[in-house]
Amino acid sequence: MAAIWINQIVQGVLLGGLYAMFAMGLSLSIGVMQFVNIAHGDLIVLVSFLLLTLTSGLGLPPLLAAAITLPIAFVGGFLLQRLLLQRVLGKGVLPIILVTFGLSIIIQNGLLSAYGADTRKVAGGAIETATIPIGGGVNIGVLPFIIFLSAIVLIFALDRLLYHTRLGARIRAVSDDVATANLIGLKSARIYAVAMGVVGATIAISAAFMSVWTNFDPSSGPSRLLVAFEAVVLGGLGSLWGTLVGGVALGVAQAIGAQFDAAWQILAGHILFLVIFVIRPQGLFPRN
Amino acid sequence: MSDALLNIENLSVFYGEFRALFGVDIAVKAGEIVSMIGANGAGKSSLLKAIVGQVGRIEGRIAFDGDDLARLSTPEIVARGVALVPEGRRLFPSLTVEENLTIGQEIGRGGDLGFDEIYRYFPILWEKRRQKTRELSGGQQQMAALARALLANPRLLLCDEISLGLAPVAIAALYQVIPTIRDRGVAILLVEQDITRALAVADRFYCLLGGRVNLSGLPRETTRETVAHHYFGG
Repeated sequence: MAAIWINQIVQGVLLGGLYAMFAMGLSLSIGVMQFVNIAHGDLIVLVSFLLLTLTSGLGLPPLLAAAITLPIAFVGGFLLQRLLLQRVLGKGVLPIILVTFGLSIIIQNGLLSAYGADTRKVAGGAIETATIPIGGGVNIGVLPFIIFLSAIVLIFALDRLLYHTRLGARIRAVSDDVATANLIGLKSARIYAVAMGVVGATIAISAAFMSVWTNFDPSSGPSRLLVAFEAVVLGGLGSLWGTLVGGVALGVAQAIGAQFDAAWQILAGHILFLVIFVIRPQGLFPRN
Repeated sequence: MSDALLNIENLSVFYGEFRALFGVDIAVKAGEIVSMIGANGAGKSSLLKAIVGQVGRIEGRIAFDGDDLARLSTPEIVARGVALVPEGRRLFPSLTVEENLTIGQEIGRGGDLGFDEIYRYFPILWEKRRQKTRELSGGQQQMAALARALLANPRLLLCDEISLGLAPVAIAALYQVIPTIRDRGVAILLVEQDITRALAVADRFYCLLGGRVNLSGLPRETTRETVAHHYFGG
């Protein structure tokens, strides 16, 4: 009996790695750039379809396809910020929400027209089914384990970028006070665009993992956004490591919920989110 | 003034329908401290923001070493050697002192004034270099704001009310450094409300009232009372 629960918790932790992946870019845009990108989940799905085209359409190996999408997503994020989001930044909360909501609808309908409503998945090969026995009848999937480790590495890299590099200092400076940044001569629009490029890169990485691990369709974006948003808020705005903890908390809650009843899986995550949000609205590890 | 580094001619500044400056003429030479004295709302900060390209619309000419600054963006103006110490310090609060100063150095034009010299001017900043600037006292924050501008190695330093709201000991520390900077050949345009302080440190001064220069000259050729009379528009 204990092994079943241990197994569920372990699977939940690994699932949390994927959720943290979804949430990382959102954590950057909310916590550091201070805006909510409603299209975040749809962008993940958009890149997933790009990967699908590269692998199924052009026959490229998944790893090569992911390597190709990474710079494309960076440039896409950069241009999205420079050409669209920058126009509404600093004009209140509502305009950026409306613009990204509109973007979300455009992406969903565009994907629906191009690919249809069918559920898709990128074939990852043998790694999808490979497992590692860790004793006591508990096995962990190689792919989920790699995703979890990648989430840790990615968060570490983002943390280094933000808090230990000159670019990171500039991003945080613009985040602190964009008016002062402009006044003293910082190129704030460019800095925002680079930061959004970094968000694009995290979207590409999470899309690569998601598209191999789970199914997706053109309307999957909002559910990914919801999970990402909950992980960011649970972890504490602006805290990348907190986002990982938030993702793991959601994953474990879902796994435990599913153990009681499959219908409880998603609900358990939302309930945990609501409970922690009521008790600790600033999140578990808010960044001061 | 033909030998001036900064030459402002007939400058007017507009915020929509509102006009903040009316045909102002100002010049600052290299190695000179010029004080701009005026009450709240006189247009002092608008003048400085116009120089760094941060106001909506201007008329007139702002020439810096021959360049028309109105044609340049703020980063281009800063890279040419104009640095501003904004009113109210305006540091980046979640960044450390060192990070704030490094940003100042990176956006500047490069030069021989570096961290060693800054820390000699303000030893407290060395001690606090790893602390976030929101944890500093007002005086220490103002030192960091001045240091950030100095690390850009400006040829023209614009200081917007650097003594505002500070303890006398902090003001004295800041004003001790200003002449030292001038002696390096830097032109300094100092906006102040404190008439005594502004006259004491300046080589020349202007008095601004209602967006117009109503008095200018040399501090030694005027009295505090005369300036105060023009300051209040009596």
